[in-house]
Amino acid sequence: MSGPGATGTVNRVGPLDRLRQRYPLRSVLLGLAAPVGAVLFALLASSVILSLGGHSPSHVFSTMLKQAERPTSFVDMVNQAMVYYLSAVAVSIGFRMNLFNIGVEGQYSLAAFGAAYVGGQLTGGGPFHVVIEVLVAMLVGAAWAGVAGLLKVTRGVSEVISTIMLNAIAVGLGSYLLHKLGQSSGNNIQTKPISASGQVAGLSYSGTQAKIFGFLFVAIAVGVAYWFITGRTRFGFRIKATGLNEQAAVASGVNVKRMTLVAMLMSGGVAGLVGLPELLGQTHTFSQTAQSGLGFAGIAIALLGRNSPVGMALAAVLWSFLGKSANQLDFIGVPREIAAIMQGVILLSVVIAYELVRRYRLVLQQKDVAAQLAAVPATAANQAVTA
Amino acid sequence: MSTATATVTGPDAAPRRRGSRLSPPLLIAFALGAFLVLSAVRAFTGGNDLTSSGTIAAGLSAAVPIGLAGLGGLWSERAGVVNIGLEGMMILGTWGCAYLGWDHGAWAGLLFGTLLGALGGLVHAVATVTFGVDHIISGVAINIIAPGLALYLTKVTFVHYPGGGQKQSPPIGDAGSITLPFSDWLHTVEDKHWFAVSDLAGVLGGLVTRLSLVTLLAALVVLASAWILWRTAFGLRLRSCGEAPHAAESLGVNVYKYKYIAVIVSGALAGLGGAALAIAAHQFRDGQTGGRGFIGLAALIFGNWRPGALAAGAGLFGYTDAIQLRSSSAVHPLLLLMAIALALVAIWQWRTGQRAIAVVAVVIAVLAVLWYIDTDRVPDELVGTTPYVVTILVLALASQRLRMPKADGRVYRRGEET
Repeated sequence: MSGPGATGTVNRVGPLDRLRQRYPLRSVLLGLAAPVGAVLFALLASSVILSLGGHSPSHVFSTMLKQAERPTSFVDMVNQAMVYYLSAVAVSIGFRMNLFNIGVEGQYSLAAFGAAYVGGQLTGGGPFHVVIEVLVAMLVGAAWAGVAGLLKVTRGVSEVISTIMLNAIAVGLGSYLLHKLGQSSGNNIQTKPISASGQVAGLSYSGTQAKIFGFLFVAIAVGVAYWFITGRTRFGFRIKATGLNEQAAVASGVNVKRMTLVAMLMSGGVAGLVGLPELLGQTHTFSQTAQSGLGFAGIAIALLGRNSPVGMALAAVLWSFLGKSANQLDFIGVPREIAAIMQGVILLSVVIAYELVRRYRLVLQQKDVAAQLAAVPATAANQAVTA
Repeated sequence: MSTATATVTGPDAAPRRRGSRLSPPLLIAFALGAFLVLSAVRAFTGGNDLTSSGTIAAGLSAAVPIGLAGLGGLWSERAGVVNIGLEGMMILGTWGCAYLGWDHGAWAGLLFGTLLGALGGLVHAVATVTFGVDHIISGVAINIIAPGLALYLTKVTFVHYPGGGQKQSPPIGDAGSITLPFSDWLHTVEDKHWFAVSDLAGVLGGLVTRLSLVTLLAALVVLASAWILWRTAFGLRLRSCGEAPHAAESLGVNVYKYKYIAVIVSGALAGLGGAALAIAAHQFRDGQTGGRGFIGLAALIFGNWRPGALAAGAGLFGYTDAIQLRSSSAVHPLLLLMAIALALVAIWQWRTGQRAIAVVAVVIAVLAVLWYIDTDRVPDELVGTTPYVVTILVLALASQRLRMPKADGRVYRRGEET
């Protein structure tokens, strides 16, 4: 038994070593498998839906791709992507700590209103005008998120429930404040327009009149700050530690309640920025027509990008591409809602794919361990088993 | 309703306390007190719409979709699966109802809407039970897909039908209604505006005049759900999956199967709620649900994950909704009612030793009274937020009374103790 067994182990060690060297590659492939698989599945699902509706999927997809190449829509996509990105960062700050901030939606809409109102009242102020607007937006966003944070740490109320409720209250409150403090223009009610010193100039892009929002730099800065704080500081480590294992974090001296509140405030503060690129770069006034649904998009993008600063940026671009390029579809007689369906399917299938990959990884690890155990001499293996 | 189990297992003191909270005489006394306060406020402020039969009838029909959505949430969460996709499933229900309802009648539509809602539930079940995806994420995804899908389908179907459009369906027929013979007499009494008597006549009149069959069906569904979940072995097993799934599994309960059933029923009920909404509006419109799935969720929490209280919560939210639509000036007295309720909460919390919460409740009550004195009416925009504000207040001021299923929202994997 020992003779053939020994030669067998020698044979098995060879390929195993090579496999272990290749492990990083396998890991990378597995990491990519989920998002790529999800997008492919979404393409498949939407193709089926399109075909059932009597449309040609390839025609639809090529129309969308062609649309994205036009300079005007490219600028539009970049602008939308930075808004999505800010929303995703806000959501992911919560995710890091196992907090589900569904309330980005309400936080940014109230914050945008606050910034628009204060910005419209101010005249002059030079460079501080914009700074004040940004601060107001962050404070309002943080305050609205802080309500959910306080309810969680003082009364143990799930932030999912409270932020859902706060979103709905924000809709009513925002529209009430707009009617009370706004002024009517045509058949629309809006805040007083922000004067030139409170606006953020855009960047030109060749081939179109449309400008890329100057807030692009802020979005990038937020991404870098997010990367630095979560990945390179003690604070970020504590947030992550609390999210991964609360009891261990408590044992190492983390004040979980305080961290929860701080994370919620930070998340809300960043959420407050979501409405600003459009407000300061284009509309200069807040009205009922301001974009909605950005908070939920942020949840999807944060999940798709797995809370990574770069991953979320890519996901934001994908999301924005789907949403914006679909506008063209109405001209070929295809309802543009197919994009929303694709987005939702991508979200659902990507989380399923991540889960499947996670399970597959576990299986692979178990196989590796089993192979390693089989590789060591039988006596040692027996000892390991009895131990 | 679960006192039966509590009396068997719990120590003597515990069931008596819980029993006293839920005993029928106390509940009736409480309801009677609330009713008398409401009539007093009505008589005092002259806001006759507060208890008019029209308001009650409108409130009842507004409560039906909310209650059905909340009931959907109850089924799902009792089995341990959080379902914030109720809104999306409701949207599927409204569309489905219109799809068959416009030419095959309301009841065919109701059936198909329920079926589509169940389909949404199935998707949620596959994601959360089979694949172990976070329940909230799956719900968010469904809430993204459903409105897009409904509008997409509208644009490829209803556009071509007579009376349909880009964002709406052709008109749906009526589901039928019943009126009890003595309702005329009730209306006569109601118009006298006597204290308490006319109010009672108004409430009863609202309940028995042109009562939609869909509303009756919804009431039956609530009763049936309460009976199934709390009075049958099936229900006990289903709830055990929401409390202690690993223990349930060890006793031979197929947890996956029960969770699947619960989530599919949940979707079906939300779909039914959506269908009821479409029938009441006589058509499908884009954005018709307007967050009612979330209000259903609020009713579920307000009702402490119990069918009776959930129905009461839905009734309350439907009532505020109706009163706002009928006469927004009638909402103003509700501020006083809220202040009275908050004062009661404050007294109760003070006596149980929660001094800080009592003080917060008093402060909010005083603010409500000041608001009442200072203004003539509550802005319409804010009235719509009532269900959400009430839920937040309940969560903030009475959360020690709330008890959701123990394993609610946790991903369950067979054989993986977490």
